[in-house]
Amino acid sequence: MTSKTMSLLKLTVNNHPGVLSHVCGLFARRSYNLEAVMVRPVAGSTLPRSRMWLLVNEEQRLQQLIRQTEKLVDVISVERHELAGSVFEQTEEFFV
Amino acid sequence: MPDSALDPESRTQQLTGAQLLIRLLERQGVTHIAGIPGGANLPMYDALTSSSIKHVLARHEQGAGFIAQGMARASGAAQVCFASSGPGASNLITAVADAKLDSVPLIAITGQVPQAMIGTDAFQEIDTFGLMLPITKHNWMVRSAQALLEVIPQAFEIALSDRPGPVSIDIPKDVQNELITVDTLPEPGKALPCPVLEEAHVEAMLTRIWQAQRPILMIGGGIIYADASQALIEFAEKLDIPVVQTFMGLGVLPSDHPLSLGMLGMHGARYTNLVLEECDLVVGLGVRFDDRATGRVAEFCPKATIIHVDIDHSEIDKIIPSALAIRADVGEVLHTANFMLEANVRPVWRNRVDQLKQSYPLILDGENELFRPYGAIKTIASLLDDSVNITTDVGQHQMWVAQAYPINRPRQWASSGGLGTMGFGLPAAIGMALAQPERKVICFSGDGSLMMNLQELATAAEQDLDIKVVILNNQHLGLVRQQQTLFYESNLSAVKFHAKVDFAKAAEAMGLKGIDLGIVDSPLDELKNALLQPGPWVINLPICETEMVYPMVAPGGANRDMICGASA
Ligand SMILES: Cc1ncc(C[n+]2csc(CCOP(=O)(O)OP(=O)(O)O)c2C)c(N)n1
Repeated sequence: MTSKTMSLLKLTVNNHPGVLSHVCGLFARRSYNLEAVMVRPVAGSTLPRSRMWLLVNEEQRLQQLIRQTEKLVDVISVERHELAGSVFEQTEEFFV
Repeated sequence: MPDSALDPESRTQQLTGAQLLIRLLERQGVTHIAGIPGGANLPMYDALTSSSIKHVLARHEQGAGFIAQGMARASGAAQVCFASSGPGASNLITAVADAKLDSVPLIAITGQVPQAMIGTDAFQEIDTFGLMLPITKHNWMVRSAQALLEVIPQAFEIALSDRPGPVSIDIPKDVQNELITVDTLPEPGKALPCPVLEEAHVEAMLTRIWQAQRPILMIGGGIIYADASQALIEFAEKLDIPVVQTFMGLGVLPSDHPLSLGMLGMHGARYTNLVLEECDLVVGLGVRFDDRATGRVAEFCPKATIIHVDIDHSEIDKIIPSALAIRADVGEVLHTANFMLEANVRPVWRNRVDQLKQSYPLILDGENELFRPYGAIKTIASLLDDSVNITTDVGQHQMWVAQAYPINRPRQWASSGGLGTMGFGLPAAIGMALAQPERKVICFSGDGSLMMNLQELATAAEQDLDIKVVILNNQHLGLVRQQQTLFYESNLSAVKFHAKVDFAKAAEAMGLKGIDLGIVDSPLDELKNALLQPGPWVINLPICETEMVYPMVAPGGANRDMICGASA
């Protein structure tokens, strides 16, 4: 599933209704290739936070994509992450 | 509204969500709200009658949005428009999208059907949240009166911070009616401080500028929004660097400033675009390298390296990779630089620029004839002073004004740059006149564009504002006609208005004064009279449909490949 051009992003976001629309809407309107999304509330956090994992297929525009994502008000942080052992690899059996 | 609700003595107050909203807007310093009421925002309008805020009843929600934009563009403060749910909200969309592309702090507040009915295809229900999402900096659906205490100040903070822009707040009717007990009201939202500037970056910028032989400053709307025009002028003068302005940056430098090269890009003067061919350094200050400015990006300033200063991180390296980028408030960068720099002169480069200016000047064909585009604009400018504000619609007339009207101070100029919205000019002029009643506003329009929000003439008459709408009337969608002439072998398609509209009479029908300069004996005297008398006027000025905006770079073409008229 994960070719060389893929990158994995780890987002911490406010757990609001609408935050998923803000993130996915941004990717759609700037035509960034989003391969997979996984999102759940952050366990044990005192604040209403969610963790969002994004698998993106954008080598050239990755920095631009990250900066645009960081501008979203409900996005608290964006980090690049190792592909190996990612949540997407571990859940592959659910997507056959 | 019960009086006790607003009793300043009692700290604890019971308010409806709508009353709370209006209180919070008052505390933000809002003096005018443009809008239209309807079923889903009735509680807001009910609360508005006991407020100090003056409501401006527009005739279409797009008009309301642009009136608020006009106020925001003139003042720099965030401004509010109201609409009801469904068609009210969808009618606002264009004005909100326009504010996004031109970075205008607009706060669109809409009513929504009660929460219990959301998702049922209720009467006048649309997904306002979903529609506003891609065209705002941020948007909310407010789910409780309590949430307003957080959302309203945050909305102003977001609209004004960093790069300004629009926000939208959708409030279901049950939230507007919900009773809430409030102890203390939150502090008004305001712009957050910009990220800390590292002086080393400014030093690096100055070093590159010292090393350059043929530098150019490219300045845009960011300078105006940062209130940095004076700092920019000082910077340019001390370093002796010529300045090109984007469409949004017009007014930063007085048009006759010796370092000003006017507007660059698609309709820039030939010398302006040719100077950019030769420069070896471009310092982009508060610009976003829009395609109308750069032309074909791969061929923009072929010999230059780029320095980019902007508050919006995502603009840096978006279009053109920069050799040095500073993400900061451009005003702070300029102030810091002015403090650090050593003054310089560049006689060789300045000579070369002057040479190009003399060899390839901006030709304003017909500038001495009243019934030619440049002549009309120059005549009007000669009858007025720099105190007037200028708006335009979209088309040839907009570009003629951008080229020829002496825009001499920041925020004197309001025009739809990024979205290019026909119908912008009149309601924006109303907004500018409301924000600055001491200034006359001239709205240059076309017979196509004015029709898009003609109904707002009634609003202008009702408010009795000192607005002059000047129609450069060519009986055509002129700019489209121009493109078909140049790029589609004059195959003119759907650009002529066969039915002639008597705009002077239309104005009179809506309570303004109107004059058609084409049918009077002494048009110049009549023009002067209409411009100088206070109050709203529509001035029809017929021009020939074959008039063109030159120079022109073909969309997608390189800036050096300018198409010029016969007289060039
Ligand atoms: C809302 C909208 N619809 C369509 C266009 C496309 N368009 C750009 S310029 C233009 C013609 C404008 O005609 P007019 O207002 O008469 O100005 P002129 O070019 O004749 O000066 C059109 C249709 C637009 N910019 N905005």
